[in-house]
Amino acid sequence: MKARLLAPAAVLAAASVALAGCTDNTTATSGDGAIDVVSTADACTVSTTSAPGGTLKFNVKNDGSEVTEFYLLAEDGLRIVGEVENIGPGLSRDLVVIAPEGKYFTACKPGMAGDGIQAAFTVTAPPEGQEVSADRAALQATAVEQYAAYVKDQGERLVRGTGEFAAAFAAGDQDRARELYAATRMHWERIEPVAESFGDLDPILDAREADLEEGQEWTGWHRAEKDLWQPESGYTPMTGAERQEIADGMVANTKELYERTQDLSFTPDKLANGAKELLDEVATGKVTGEEEIWSHTDLWDFQANLEGARIAYEDLRPLLAGVDDQLDASLEKNFDDLQALLDQYRVGDGFTYYDELTQEQVQELSAAVDALSEPLSKLTAAVVK
Amino acid sequence: MPADTQQEEPGRRKEGLSRRSLFAAAGAGGLGLAAGAVAHAAYGSTREPAPVADVVPFHGEHQAGIITDAQDRMHIAAFDVTTQDRDELVALLKEWTAAIEAMVQGQEIGEGGATSGNYDAPPEDTGEASDLTASHLTVTVGFGRTLFQDDGGARFGLEGRLPEALIELPHFPGDALEEARSGGDLVVQACADDPQVAVHAVRNLARIAFGRARVRWSQIGFGRTSSTSAAQATPRNLFGFKDGTANIKSQDTDDLARHVWVSGASGAGAWMNGGTYLVARRIRMHIETWDRSPLREQEAFIGRTKRTGAPLSGGEEFTEPDFALQGRDGPLVPADSHVAVAHPSNNNGVRMLRRGFNYTDGSDGLGRLDAGLFFIAFVVDARTHYVPMQTAMAKHDALSEYLRHTGSGLFAVPPGVQPGGYIGQALFEDQPPFRPAGT
Repeated sequence: MKARLLAPAAVLAAASVALAGCTDNTTATSGDGAIDVVSTADACTVSTTSAPGGTLKFNVKNDGSEVTEFYLLAEDGLRIVGEVENIGPGLSRDLVVIAPEGKYFTACKPGMAGDGIQAAFTVTAPPEGQEVSADRAALQATAVEQYAAYVKDQGERLVRGTGEFAAAFAAGDQDRARELYAATRMHWERIEPVAESFGDLDPILDAREADLEEGQEWTGWHRAEKDLWQPESGYTPMTGAERQEIADGMVANTKELYERTQDLSFTPDKLANGAKELLDEVATGKVTGEEEIWSHTDLWDFQANLEGARIAYEDLRPLLAGVDDQLDASLEKNFDDLQALLDQYRVGDGFTYYDELTQEQVQELSAAVDALSEPLSKLTAAVVK
Repeated sequence: MPADTQQEEPGRRKEGLSRRSLFAAAGAGGLGLAAGAVAHAAYGSTREPAPVADVVPFHGEHQAGIITDAQDRMHIAAFDVTTQDRDELVALLKEWTAAIEAMVQGQEIGEGGATSGNYDAPPEDTGEASDLTASHLTVTVGFGRTLFQDDGGARFGLEGRLPEALIELPHFPGDALEEARSGGDLVVQACADDPQVAVHAVRNLARIAFGRARVRWSQIGFGRTSSTSAAQATPRNLFGFKDGTANIKSQDTDDLARHVWVSGASGAGAWMNGGTYLVARRIRMHIETWDRSPLREQEAFIGRTKRTGAPLSGGEEFTEPDFALQGRDGPLVPADSHVAVAHPSNNNGVRMLRRGFNYTDGSDGLGRLDAGLFFIAFVVDARTHYVPMQTAMAKHDALSEYLRHTGSGLFAVPPGVQPGGYIGQALFEDQPPFRPAGT
């Protein structure tokens, strides 16, 4: 719909350029202020050679027959200020980037090889009253470093906690294992999108019974959960040997997971999308009470997902300052509101069991999750500029 | 109703052949033309009447509603047969056949129709479609595995008649099937341009069935999600993407013969020749979380652009995806995208004829839309043409994160009906009385 509404404006803008005899090449040609770029095998046509500082939007159309890329490079022609990759033949992609006043180069790279087809590009002074942060790259790097440290810390705690839990479970110390179950899982739930990014380990460690395909072996946390909170009928408790096997698998695979997280590289969009995904997890799994169908410890997971999302947000926050203060304020308020609501269900070190909540309480939690999720879904676009 | 209202409601045109007028005209010995003239005069329309333009023929080699240009509305219902008597079941199928024959022509059912019967008796036709045209109504009937056998053994004397391909679908990863939305002994898929015509069909067939079969589940679909003709534009599903771009179309005769129609079966399964299998899946979409995902992710999940439906490897909607075309960090069409996982090249070359519908059943208790895709596919054998693909999709398709299968059914759809015959006749009679002309 948006593109269709914009179309007449684009036509008008193009017409005005034509009327001016194409002399005014500082005018952007798209209705939404985007700078049009057309990439072909041997040309990189940019609709303007300069623009005022601030948020720039390039609309890159690939009119060639190979995959192309578009870069905004710093004055040295090497440092990447912004890039958009993987544009298939015939397709268009946007690059949105915040650029302060200075000299730059635009570059198309048809075939993704070589130095690309470069041209000088000037960013002039930003409009009166607007300040453009000089070094967003440094802010992004800091955010990513902080988050990587958090993932490492949670990973270490998860490995340690899983070891303790597994020992108690294997030994048949049901009380101790039940006590450790939810608290240990919180380390997993705080970094769930990271854990889930390992498509082979996630099902081994965290599959629910309904997630399995026929004949697939069920292992990991929820297998242990069912044995610790056994259904009243139709269930055969695991033998000591079976428990040992599940416990050993959990310990080994969690170690493997931790080691793999050491090699992960994060980016601001991964952090922001990860935060959104944590809230999605709450919305589709925890609010419905489906994550912990035997232990009903869903609110522990809920709290951990929320904390993980908040950490990513706090790490990214400096990138919002002066760029989207309204979004920042909305996120802070909704994080606080949801936390305050969740705090009402704290019992000792833990929470109320999910099956003890009334339908009204679940609805209230669900609405608060939705209220936070909406602004959170806008975080990625705001921080990658 | 004033004439100008007609133009504002193209789905509810009155200039066609209304049920009542045909009934009256037929009773007077008239036929379509006369009835068209009656309708034409009655409403004073200056437009040309199109008396039989929206009638889909009922009789044929195959049942209608499969390769028929996909209509926009659907009401599908599954039934449990409550009688244990074979003759009653056959009688039901005969009565359904007669009612369907009438309804697809835009006629009221029964001798007395909606208003011409005994004044002291309830009308035979429920009447809500009486002023509506045939509306391209098709009614497609199929048989579930449980019609042939239950825990107590064979039912209705159908020993040895259960086709091998009518399997019990396995549990797929992530399935959250609800018993009350799954299975059934019989299925009735009614499709039409006008939702009221489709609902009318199911309602009247359910009424005829009382005492012999009862509705187990039913579902309304409000918008088609695939095209079954090259002449139809590709519609969008509730994710906002074009769906079914690579669908088998009615023009693809060879593909239909290979992937949809049963042929060459002999012995106990011969009754299915000319038939097909209907796979039904009620797939709820996590609409709200989907709506919050970035366009970049949405397109990567599907493997196509949202605006035009072109594969991410480039081109236009009907350009074949190039799964080998590499970008910076892997193929431009991600290996776990829906288009890659479901593509014939990754599924032993199998294709299906999809004929699903968007559905919305209001909202759930948490204020979220209970909406998604009521998936319907017609395939020659679900063991080769559905189970492997769905297993792969449930395991590898990135989109699965936003989907939840809540209902399921597999039905054997017998071949079409010839004049004088009834639906499923070959299953109940070893020697069908009718032979097509020339054989």
